[in-house]
Formats: sequence, C-alpha cells, structure tokens
Amino acid sequence: MSNVGIVIVSHSPLVAEGTADMVRQMVGDEVPLAWCGGNGHGGLGTSVEAIMGAIDKAWSEAGVAILVDLGGAETNSEMAVEMIGEPRSQKIVVCNAPIVEGAVMAATESSGGASLKEVVATAHELSPS
Amino acid sequence: MAAADFSRLMAAAADTIAAHAEELTALDQAIGDGDHGLNMKRGFEAVRAEADAFAAKPLPDALKAVGTKLVMTVGGASGPLFGTLFMALGKELPAAPDRDGLTAALGKAIEAVAARGKSQPGQKTMLDVLQPVYEALAQGKTAGEIADAADKAAEATVPMKALRGRASFVGERSIGHMDAGARSTALLVRAVAEAIEGN
Repeated sequence: MSNVGIVIVSHSPLVAEGTADMVRQMVGDEVPLAWCGGNGHGGLGTSVEAIMGAIDKAWSEAGVAILVDLGGAETNSEMAVEMIGEPRSQKIVVCNAPIVEGAVMAATESSGGASLKEVVATAHELSPS
Repeated sequence: MAAADFSRLMAAAADTIAAHAEELTALDQAIGDGDHGLNMKRGFEAVRAEADAFAAKPLPDALKAVGTKLVMTVGGASGPLFGTLFMALGKELPAAPDRDGLTAALGKAIEAVAARGKSQPGQKTMLDVLQPVYEALAQGKTAGEIADAADKAAEATVPMKALRGRASFVGERSIGHMDAGARSTALLVRAVAEAIEGN
C-alpha cells in the first residue's frame, strides 16, 4: 500500500487497541495500521521488540508515523527506529502529539495520500509546544 | 578481560539489582510509575542467563550484546537508557581497555544516554550518578572511592526537582525522594567496582 503507515504505541494494550479501533472507524483499511501496548510480560509498559514488530506490520514505502503516549513509549519507539536502522529508519517518525487525536488525524491525512511529512505535520499541529 | 571475569561482573550486577529490586520499586512508586525494580530485575536476569555466551565475545561485542538484551527485556524507558549505556560503552571501548580508554568511553556513553533521554545532569536522573563517576574515574580514584562517589551522587538526587521522566509529572513533590534510576546506577557501579577490586 502506498499510504503512510500508522503505528500506535501505548503503555496499555487497551488504550492502543482502542485508539486503533477509532482510527479504523475513520479510515477503514485504506491505511496500514498496527498497534502495541504493554511491556510484553503482562504489565503496563512498552516493548522495543513489539514496536519493531508493529512497524514491520504497518510498513509502507511512503513511511510510517508513530503515535505514543508517555515518555517511555517515546524513548522505546526512538530506540526501535534506531535498531531498525537505515535506510528504513529515515522513513519513520515518532510524532509529538496526543496519542488518540494524533493517530486519528494522522491516519485521516494519510488516507488522502499525503506524504509522511504532511502526515507528521498534521499530528504536530495538535501539540501546543 | 577474561570471559570468566565478564560473566562474574554480569552476575554481580544481576545480584545487586535482584537484592534491591523492592527498594528500587519503592523509590519509583514514590514519584514514578513503580515498575523500575521489577523491570531492571527482569533485564539483568535475562543478561545473567546469557552472560557466558556474551562473555565468549570480544569485550566491545559482549557489552553491545548486554545493551541489546536490556533494550529488549526491560520494558520501560530504563531499557533504552541502560541499554544505550552498555551499547555505547561497547562501541567506544577497545578490546583491552586501560583506564584512559575506559574513562573516554564512559564519557562518550554518558553523552549517548543524555541524547537518548534528552536530558543532562542536574535533572534528577541516572546522569547525576554517571557524571560524578566519570569525574572520579578521570581523577584516578580507586574502585572503592568511585563506588562511594556514586552512592553520594545518588543521595544528592534527593533534594533535586525532577525535570525528566515520569517523576517530572509530580513536579515539586519529587523533592525529598531519591531518583530510582540514580540509585540503580549507583548499585551497578558498586557491584562492578567491588568485582574488579576483588580480582
């Protein structure tokens, strides 16, 4: 698929899955989408391995935008991008945006065929800083 | 470093984290999300389980393997932060480092951790222990003195206000509690220092 992929990374699998449901409601199957949540051991947290898997699943040659909740999700996502390495890492961006609104807005932008840069910019507009 | 020595160092690190896991969790519960002890224990037990295989590699590769294992198993922000510390040490250290080589590598590794966490010393994090340890190492201090400097530096995070990580959410209320990551860093420094001194 040529649309930008969306990855949702939350500390909670329920938040991640619920956010993904909201995205699907908006864009159907027009956008590659994957989510992950939890530390991989049944607790709250984020797993670099799971994030790398989600990026693979949502991979698009147009790139992937990652939406995260709290700091650890961001740090682990950045680590995952680094471990995936070049050249793919250059097409993956961890967005600075609220996870639910960011994912829905980014996916909506992506479904219209926008570039990774445009998708990320749309998500970033939601962030006050 | 002989393979047996590297395995012993990793076992000492895993032992001290396991022995203090509840204390680390309690520190993290006070001003964070309360998973630090369990997360670190999981990570270092995973390292312990493969320490012999890691130890068979040249030192830089062994340290990179430890860092990667921590990244993959810890499950919180501590994974990438401590993982980056070991991975960067592996990247910077020569196969048979002397004290100057170790000091320079630690300096680079601290920069890598600071970049990973978008932080710097003074923000109530593990960097507040790593930086004084680097300085003590550069000043030619003994292993015991370096471990003492690490403990003192962890204590010195108590009156600090957290500016990074989950503890920054509680703002002023973080004052009066030791940073859990600073404490676990000091524990690791002492474990390594004592294992090296015991040689």
